[in-house]
Amino acid sequence: MRILFKTNYKQDLNLAKHGGHRFWYGLLILVLFAAPLILGGYYIGEATRILIYAMAGLGLMVLTGFTGQVSLGHAAFLAIGAYTNAWFLAQGFSSFVALPMAALLSMIGGLLVAIPAARMSGIYLAIATLAFAIIVEDFAGHLNSITGGNRGMMVDVPTLFGYQIWESWELYLFVLSILVVATLAVLNILRSPLGRAMIAVRDSEVSSQALGVNPMKIKVFAFTVSAAITGLAGAFLAHYMSFLTPQIFGILLSIQLLLMIVLGGLGTVHGVFFGAVLIGVLETGISIAKDTLPSSIGGLPGIEPFVFGVILISVIVFEPTGIYGRWIKIRSYMEFFPIYRRKSFKRQRTYLKTERLR
Amino acid sequence: MNLLEIENLSISFGGVKAVDDVSFVVEEGSVYAIIGPNGAGKSTIFNLLSRFYEPLSGQLNFAGNDLLELRAKDIARLGIARTFQNLELFEHASVLQNLLVGRHVHNSQSWWRQVLFTSSVIEAELEHRRKVEEVIDFLELAHYRNQMISGLPYGVRKKIELARALCIEPKLLLLDEPSSGLNPEETEEMGFWIEDIRRDLNMTVVLIEHDMSLVAEVSDRVLAIVDGKVVTEGDHTFVQSHPEVVSAYLGDVQ
Repeated sequence: MRILFKTNYKQDLNLAKHGGHRFWYGLLILVLFAAPLILGGYYIGEATRILIYAMAGLGLMVLTGFTGQVSLGHAAFLAIGAYTNAWFLAQGFSSFVALPMAALLSMIGGLLVAIPAARMSGIYLAIATLAFAIIVEDFAGHLNSITGGNRGMMVDVPTLFGYQIWESWELYLFVLSILVVATLAVLNILRSPLGRAMIAVRDSEVSSQALGVNPMKIKVFAFTVSAAITGLAGAFLAHYMSFLTPQIFGILLSIQLLLMIVLGGLGTVHGVFFGAVLIGVLETGISIAKDTLPSSIGGLPGIEPFVFGVILISVIVFEPTGIYGRWIKIRSYMEFFPIYRRKSFKRQRTYLKTERLR
Repeated sequence: MNLLEIENLSISFGGVKAVDDVSFVVEEGSVYAIIGPNGAGKSTIFNLLSRFYEPLSGQLNFAGNDLLELRAKDIARLGIARTFQNLELFEHASVLQNLLVGRHVHNSQSWWRQVLFTSSVIEAELEHRRKVEEVIDFLELAHYRNQMISGLPYGVRKKIELARALCIEPKLLLLDEPSSGLNPEETEEMGFWIEDIRRDLNMTVVLIEHDMSLVAEVSDRVLAIVDGKVVTEGDHTFVQSHPEVVSAYLGDVQ
């Protein structure tokens, strides 16, 4: 068991709180960047998909996990990012233009949704964002000149300094670097006044106002940041898919994203990554299982939603705090080994009931 | 000098006149208590002051500012802090984070500096932390600093909500039933703190309270309201013995 001896308030501001953090997170980043040396092309491709999910989940977590605004339409921002990126690349721009434009246009989309959506909450907000996603999907299907409509469009490979990224491991490293930067940005927001204001709006909008927080402004900010990060993820998703059709960005993708952050653990950055890994590995696992199982079982339609549904229900019933919540319990069990008590994580009575997500 | 002036304040919900033509002034540096039976409209007055409700008519003046021209989010910046009757803490955040939200009105860092977490943000954060630690020392909350609100007992939460309001460094503190849900020792402690807040931190306090011993201990003036109307105002012995107050609380003698 580690006892931290704090001598300075600055220690509480550091991202890595102690040597253990520095070592393990450093090792994780090192292993992730070295992964192409070990893993073959197929698994690197799967890992890229997980990273893209993580990036999209990070965007959604900012909005849903930390600001408490449910979005059932995040696939729309993925679509905006994907098509913007693909269009700019097709016009001959490099990724240096295409990626920021993807983030920017998504941001503008986020802003447009946020202005009415910041006045809504709960189920109404979910319906409004869902409607937005359907509108964007429809637009993508009809804007033939830009998106190729329902026939779809090819996506050019990303280019940096005139260098074309063809190899899957190169794309992997590209996505990983941007994801690291995005994660750091989110962590910075969370440890500054803005992040605290977001949590305040999530947990009690009334008292956040009484403390001088403008909930409208915070929600709009959260929507914008969330849309920008998700838009970037969309841009990379375009490269991963290499062929875009509007059907990719349907309601199922939005639900999958939401599922991911709930499974991982709402309101934690760790949860995003746990959720992304779980969903990514499950998808791969299911598709492998489909091939190996006898066709009478493997060929059944709807296995994927079924498995996801079962997992979602069991997580909600047995571990509402998600995988990260469970991990914290396991970790404290090991830290406090002989004296750990299950009661230490027992949920306390809540003394007030207001509308909130967690 | 009058810090807060309320004139002819009225609001109704449907057919119910929750606050009916209420006027009173709160002198700077005083402790002002509002008493009255349940549903008398005491908390509604606070919610009107916080600008959560729009009054039907009336004037709200605070240190030369017309509160009716402002919105709920601007009230804290003027120097008015409040607590809530049923506790409105940020449940899934630590005590420290809750108190730091109280420093929100003193934050002047732009959003992109916060995203990059520049040195100026770090400096400002350290300054906020020092101020918060002063409040933690004042209310003896050091033990709970890093705990989540959701795991804390009610009495402690009550104290944390008071602490969060103090972090704003307000001129006027509105306390909505500070002693409700507290045991006699905790209530007594709350009385000492209210006195300390007035004496050491130079804040003006308006409190809604049912516990008459606490009211008697801390308040300079007492306002009694029944069914949204002012019944009487004066020092606590005068108000407590007023026949209408007695009948509102105890019923009429048959």
